[in-house]
Amino acid sequence: MIRIPPAALVGLFFTTLFFFCAIFAPFIAPYGMAEVVGDVWEPSSSEFLLGTDSIGRDLLSRMIYGGRTTIFIATAATILSFVTGATLGFFAAVSGGWIDQALSRFIDLIMSIPSLIFALVVLSVMPTTILTLIVLMGLLDSTRVFRLARAVAVDITVMDYVEAARLRGEKIGWIIFRETLPNALSPLVAEMGLRFIFMVLFVSTLSFLGLGVQPPQADWGGIVKENKEGINYGIQAALYPAYAIAALCISINLVADWILSRTTSLKGGRG
Amino acid sequence: MTEPLLKVRGLKIGATIYPPGEKSRHIDIVHGVDFDLEPGKVLGLIGESGAGKSTIGLAAMAYGRGGVELTGGEVWVNGRDVLQSGMGDKRRLRGAEVTYVSQSAAASFNPAKRIMEQVIEAAIGQGKFSKKEAEKRAVVLFEKLGLPDPETIGSRYPHQVSGGQLQRCMTALALCPQPDLVVFDEPTTALDVTTQIDVLAAIKDAIRDTGVAALYITHDLAVVAQVSDHIMVLQQGSMVEYGTTDQIINHPREAYTQALVSVRSIKHEEKAPTETPLLRTQGITARYRGTNFDVLKNINVEIHPGQTLAVVGESGSGKSTLARVITGLLPPSSGEITFEGRTLTPDLATRPLDDLRELQMIYQMADTAMNPRQTVGTIIGRPLEFYFGLKGKEKQTRIQELLDEIELGEGFQDRYPAELSGGQKQRVCIARALAAKPKLIICDEVTSALDPLVADGILKLLLNLQKVEDVAYLFITHDLATVKAIADSIAVMYRGEVVRYGPKSQVLSPPFDDYTDLLLSSVPEMKIGWLEETIANRKMESAGN
Repeated sequence: MIRIPPAALVGLFFTTLFFFCAIFAPFIAPYGMAEVVGDVWEPSSSEFLLGTDSIGRDLLSRMIYGGRTTIFIATAATILSFVTGATLGFFAAVSGGWIDQALSRFIDLIMSIPSLIFALVVLSVMPTTILTLIVLMGLLDSTRVFRLARAVAVDITVMDYVEAARLRGEKIGWIIFRETLPNALSPLVAEMGLRFIFMVLFVSTLSFLGLGVQPPQADWGGIVKENKEGINYGIQAALYPAYAIAALCISINLVADWILSRTTSLKGGRG
Repeated sequence: MTEPLLKVRGLKIGATIYPPGEKSRHIDIVHGVDFDLEPGKVLGLIGESGAGKSTIGLAAMAYGRGGVELTGGEVWVNGRDVLQSGMGDKRRLRGAEVTYVSQSAAASFNPAKRIMEQVIEAAIGQGKFSKKEAEKRAVVLFEKLGLPDPETIGSRYPHQVSGGQLQRCMTALALCPQPDLVVFDEPTTALDVTTQIDVLAAIKDAIRDTGVAALYITHDLAVVAQVSDHIMVLQQGSMVEYGTTDQIINHPREAYTQALVSVRSIKHEEKAPTETPLLRTQGITARYRGTNFDVLKNINVEIHPGQTLAVVGESGSGKSTLARVITGLLPPSSGEITFEGRTLTPDLATRPLDDLRELQMIYQMADTAMNPRQTVGTIIGRPLEFYFGLKGKEKQTRIQELLDEIELGEGFQDRYPAELSGGQKQRVCIARALAAKPKLIICDEVTSALDPLVADGILKLLLNLQKVEDVAYLFITHDLATVKAIADSIAVMYRGEVVRYGPKSQVLSPPFDDYTDLLLSSVPEMKIGWLEETIANRKMESAGN
């Protein structure tokens, strides 16, 4: 029986809730995503739990569908960034020499450009589809993952067991996936939670600036943008997605912390 | 009888441990130890790792390392029970009445401060001396400890002196506040054998001249025999035997002590070289990339099938580099290696699989030589799968055979390295090498990280395996006792060159060259008075001095 600390339990509960809503959005949302059902900025009532938005759509439904978009993009981009970043990072560390140098300097070059500016430039010439967003964010973020994965792997590849594998004549695939990866997992898993949060923030920022998810498709950053004028009149519509972003980020972090503390005490000890 | 300076009664020490995947629990490390130490006397604490030596040593300062609690008993220093005293009292005790010399001077000195500043810190901080007096005292101590330029060495930084010198600086640090008791915690263990003897002599002189009492902690009985008046043998936190040095060395009563005294008494008959060597290096010269210094210079050695070539030397002599060159990790800049009559390519990546298989390696640190995330079964099974394509049942059977061969038996296949003891880990590494059915195994300091009795077991196992499997060893070590025990031929290395090479009997019999003489004479013997005798008869100063 695994004992889960209360903080992780809270995190786990909210994370599950968010993902559940995201996956089953069409069944949970009381109204359609782009359906105009009431007046502009109606206050919350039994009919519209969170009220309506700037053009009279049910805000709760928008939030649920928006969560679906945001979480989907963030998840896909995180996976892409980890697969690319970790593979390249391990490859650089295990190969060493000029391969490592070339890859690392190239990554440095990309990292020297602020990612938001980079994204804005790319999105202004590319069609803003969800696929573009995922690929762009995933690749930009993979530079960070690369740095971490390489740093962790460099420490591991100097271990005698990696040398023993080389002496045995193992190919690079075995050295990366069987000798290095299992020993690098826990810092990577912890980083994954953090990167996911940055993805959520990043896609929300882009949408807020109007370059991310395009209307009428809902996403949290977009909902803030659509309703930001309401704040002047004391209308809370723009704040709900902001709360949601904060709550998701905190709960993911709590889960990541717990996973990190558990994996380091796994059999075999070393993190 | 004089009143004892240090009186320990029923000392109990415990710790909270956090085993992986289980609840944390409390264990006892030391179960009630009693001893007395009179002023000016030296008590040697000896035992294997985990025996509680260091923990007891630190308890004399009323201190427990992280997680360690002094749970019971009394420790009287100068007539008061320091376990009961308050924080302020403990502060006045540590660094004034009792001081401490740790194993690794390099890790204990602050690299950013000059040596003098650190040596006099406690003496000034405790208000025993003024800065001027303390500095004067330090210079006297530097001189007494045989450090070069005692007047100026204090103004150097720790990295500007050698390991042996730094260890002596630390002894000066401990003696500077004029303490009543110094705890020496393995002060010479990390040093080369030729350096150890000088440091040992310096410590011994300093103890005698200053009249300080000392607790001398070590795992090497031969070392402790040189410096102490009494010896206490510890095993797993309990006292096994206590007596005068003469009594423990010459007439041990307990079986455990007898085993410690008679360790390294393996007998091995030297085999004559065969017609054709298994491996021959011709004129190997090598340097690391980006340096302009040859680490190996013109090395010519041979290893015969089923025999052992021991490569001996101090750290930095190039022993391990020779192993790296032979395995192909470091291609030599010139020279040739022939293995079973065929020439080995210099780079590992271009060697055929059979060459890799027949040449296996065992490492010094078994901990880092095994992937902590793989089970013993996977670790031993991989070479079977990789070289011979064994699978399923067949592989399982073979793994078990190998485990039996290394005397581990059933129930180990699913364990992780963290669940094995040091000796067991090294055995698994041996099994992994054997799994490849090699003709030659390179053993790089395989016993130096182990306790003497465990190391003895590993050496015996290696010798047995040699008989059964007819495998040759290239045995790299700095420990001449090990060499005497298992070698057929010996190569003595010094600064990248082989200075003496031949069959064991020939290398170990006079006339010696100066370096071999120094090396041979520096190995501590289980004999009282050995230290003085050796220092008096030496021809050459130690190299790492």
